[in-house]
Amino acid sequence: MQRRQSSKTPRQPLQAHDKNQTDLSAWRKGGRTDPEKSVQNHQSLQDQKNDSKQDSLEQALGYFEKLEHRVSLKKNSVLQEHLTTVESIALQTGLPPEGFDVLLKVALSGKLADAVNTRLLKSLVPASVIPEDAVVYSVSLLCVGKCSDNIQLLFLRWLITMFDFIDHKEQLHALYGFFFSFLQDDKMCPYVCHLLYLLTRKESVKPFRIRRLLDLQAKMGMQSHLQALLSLYKLFCPELVTITLSGKMKTYFKNSEGPWKEAINTVRRRNKGNSPVSQTLFLRTAQPQSRKRKWNAQLFIPASSTNKNSLEEDRGKNHVNLCRTSESLPVEQLQTFSQLLQNIHHLQLPSQMGSVLTNPLLLHYMNCIKDESVYLRLYYWMGQILQEECIWCVADNRYEEEFEDFLETIYKSECFLQEGFSACEEFLYKSLPLWDGSCCQSQILRLVSWIPLNTFSEMKSHLYDPLTQLFLTSSLYFKCSVLESLKELLRNWLNWHLDSESESPVQSLNTTLSGLVNVVADLINFVGLISTAALRLENNNAFLLYFILDFYETVCDMYLKYNLPLLIMLPAGVFYPALLSMDSINLNQLCYIMYRYRSNLVAAKENEQSKKKILQFKFSSQTYQEYNQYITAMVGCLWTSSVFEKDTHPQGLRMDDELLKKTAVREFKSSFNIVYHPAMTAYAIFFLQQACPEDTTLDFNIIKGKRWNWYLEYLYAQGLKGLKVFIESSISRVSKACQSKA
Amino acid sequence: DKADPQKTAFLLRKQWTLYSVTPLYGFSTTHLRDYARLLSAFIAAEKQKGLAVEVGVELDIKVAVSSLPDLRGSDQDQAAILIQLSSRSSQKNSEEKLIWSGWFCCVYGNELSENLPEDFTCLPLFLVNGAESYTAIVGSWFQKTFDCYFRRLAISPLNLSWMAAMWTGCKVEKTTSATELIFSVSCLPQPLDISYTIHPEDAKALWDTIQKTPGEVTQEEVDVFMDCLYSHFHRHFKIHLSATSLVKVSTAVASAHCDGIIKFLQSQYLTGVLMLLTELAISQIQ
Repeated sequence: MQRRQSSKTPRQPLQAHDKNQTDLSAWRKGGRTDPEKSVQNHQSLQDQKNDSKQDSLEQALGYFEKLEHRVSLKKNSVLQEHLTTVESIALQTGLPPEGFDVLLKVALSGKLADAVNTRLLKSLVPASVIPEDAVVYSVSLLCVGKCSDNIQLLFLRWLITMFDFIDHKEQLHALYGFFFSFLQDDKMCPYVCHLLYLLTRKESVKPFRIRRLLDLQAKMGMQSHLQALLSLYKLFCPELVTITLSGKMKTYFKNSEGPWKEAINTVRRRNKGNSPVSQTLFLRTAQPQSRKRKWNAQLFIPASSTNKNSLEEDRGKNHVNLCRTSESLPVEQLQTFSQLLQNIHHLQLPSQMGSVLTNPLLLHYMNCIKDESVYLRLYYWMGQILQEECIWCVADNRYEEEFEDFLETIYKSECFLQEGFSACEEFLYKSLPLWDGSCCQSQILRLVSWIPLNTFSEMKSHLYDPLTQLFLTSSLYFKCSVLESLKELLRNWLNWHLDSESESPVQSLNTTLSGLVNVVADLINFVGLISTAALRLENNNAFLLYFILDFYETVCDMYLKYNLPLLIMLPAGVFYPALLSMDSINLNQLCYIMYRYRSNLVAAKENEQSKKKILQFKFSSQTYQEYNQYITAMVGCLWTSSVFEKDTHPQGLRMDDELLKKTAVREFKSSFNIVYHPAMTAYAIFFLQQACPEDTTLDFNIIKGKRWNWYLEYLYAQGLKGLKVFIESSISRVSKACQSKA
Repeated sequence: DKADPQKTAFLLRKQWTLYSVTPLYGFSTTHLRDYARLLSAFIAAEKQKGLAVEVGVELDIKVAVSSLPDLRGSDQDQAAILIQLSSRSSQKNSEEKLIWSGWFCCVYGNELSENLPEDFTCLPLFLVNGAESYTAIVGSWFQKTFDCYFRRLAISPLNLSWMAAMWTGCKVEKTTSATELIFSVSCLPQPLDISYTIHPEDAKALWDTIQKTPGEVTQEEVDVFMDCLYSHFHRHFKIHLSATSLVKVSTAVASAHCDGIIKFLQSQYLTGVLMLLTELAISQIQ
């Protein structure tokens, strides 16, 4: 339990980062930066000072976190020390976000004396932001009523003062009803009014709340704080609050900034001086400069229909014939299935379509209704925000983490819808040529896999060309990631083809089958090209080969699995490195791929011959020829030990005996069969050790006849299933000759 | 050209900051009054967020939303929409003071509006004069209500040179102001601005020798025009202006800054300038 607690705490500042709202002023952003980083800018003396401060604060927080029993301040010097540390750091530099969780819990739990709690609360000055979770937890402690009235009041005053520092307020808004119930407490009433005043939104204004406020006013007389809240209610819903309120009141709430005002100013001044934000960049660009975050740079929009609703309510009032709108139900408010059934004829989408991205229910609904306007709204919003927030297209954009999250969200929505957004596609085309290949790498590459089918000329200049440049000049890992994403792209296209075929036999989309075949062929040829180059650059790296063969596992099965009349053999630059690969996984995979090629080609040939349906497309004889060349080489290599004579492929292994003799390898003919192949020798050794444990010479030559068959069984049992299906399909065991029926 | 000079006179000689706006969804010109009311409530609520300030019974900011029916290119264009915020001072009967204005417009925006479904209103250009805080509030309200997106519209040096050439060629009755081009050398530690002022008649004479067909401008002609100016400058100061970037163009017709700020000076060329700006806004949206 203890451990989990402590491991949770350090992660919290990160969470605070994520949720950080955009409207924080510049100095608070300064506080957001990693404390360690900003420390680096200072001289070493200050470094040490800060470090020790940091340490003692951590110790103090740890102490308060573990505090279990009531401790008296006078008798406990440790408590005194830690309390002083917290106070001094809080008043000088402010507390980090993770401090609030701990200190609020302690101060409101009633474990310590009120004097200590007061001092703790008074020192709760934020360096950057206050995490919402900490505040929500404190409110729950408040409801339990463990702390004294004075502490409750102080906490409320603190909350009012710090309201703008809370990083997120959604959950706090959900507690509106709780706060409202505190109104009955006479002492708390003024402060609760003030807090409600800050929290109130239009949807918080309810008739029963207005009634309650009016009751209170009748009981307590004209109180300025009640007046304030009522006037706000009236502002939002003039039709519900009909009483007249005096407009003379100048101040509704007493100065509640209390003990924190001075400290906030001090911290603010201090952090402003130190923050890297103040060291503005000297770069000048054609883009309009704004050091502040743009007012509409909100990547994640909560679903809300209130604006539209109010608009339409008002419309309804003025124009009676517009009654259609007044009854509609916002989709995001759906709770139950029966509710859905009752309202299915007048569901209403949120006023900003951008909000569907974070709401699966809305995505579902959007997918079902297939309304052009819905897609257009999303298209415009997403296109603009992607361009404006893209960190490598817009200079001086520092919100990388947030942008990464946003791209991730888009990708997830695309997976959910099983279809790419056209705005995102256009964004990729525009931004890929400028991309450095590292920024938001995994997100960008995954988004690539949802690019819809396009004509080749577009794909070439927009996708393949920029990708090739990055691909050839980047790391092995990047190459593998690109291949992975192109494999996904191919699969998405093939699945899409399968879907559209099953939906309607006639192609409803403007892509014809031949168009589709051409574009898919282009993609496969492109991958063949970069794979060949990459294998040379990376010295036939096994890891890379694995990703390449993974791609071809989809390619070799397109005819049977995806019903696409297209088969493209893997290029020699991939086939031979795989055939001579040093590791058995890749060799086994190659065997499997060749087996699937065979199945697909045989099926195609049969269909062609039976002529059950008139085939629009025929595989070219070149494909069959290429397959036969490969299979000859493979069988000659792995089985008949005749590859150097029989391989007819121009890039193949055919070699003169004279030349081979010069290599001084004794039995060169058999050196690539399933016993001697470098990827297989390990199996051969283990087999010999098990088959003839007494023989320590490890003579591979004894794997013959009956032992050859045992050896095969042994290999199959070791999981070389690809090899098994390949041998069983492509090698006729009786004649032991190469026979390719295809 | 159609616009009544008197009705659009208030748009002249003010600095307007440019934004592009994606098509407004569910906007209707029949509800302008309702929009004004809702927007004013929204502004009041936004301004009172956070700290408790006085909530007057009467709102201290008045919002007016109106249509400028003359301000458009063709009949396919949506008429411009004007939003004005004015403050009411506490004393009664005192005049309202205009504190912020912004207008949406579309001049020959067929390229965008043609393929849009009916629920969308195409007003791709938004021009603002006033404090940015109000722009943020009004913009947010429009974004929330009509699911559109506002984006600052910068003007690239290439487009600025187009403006320089096109506006130089325009006939203006009283040629009071000189044609001025401002270039910026951004690679220096201290940014250096170079101002290049030409007598408008000289500039026009130059342009007239370059332009082949009146009423038609090509990229090539613009390039030649700028190259001539550059070589003239080089002859005198030995500075290659082509290595700097054009940041501002001022002519008798209008002035434009690369940050996306424009000032209209001649009402007869108002729609012409707006047409070019509409085109830029549309290309930023699509």
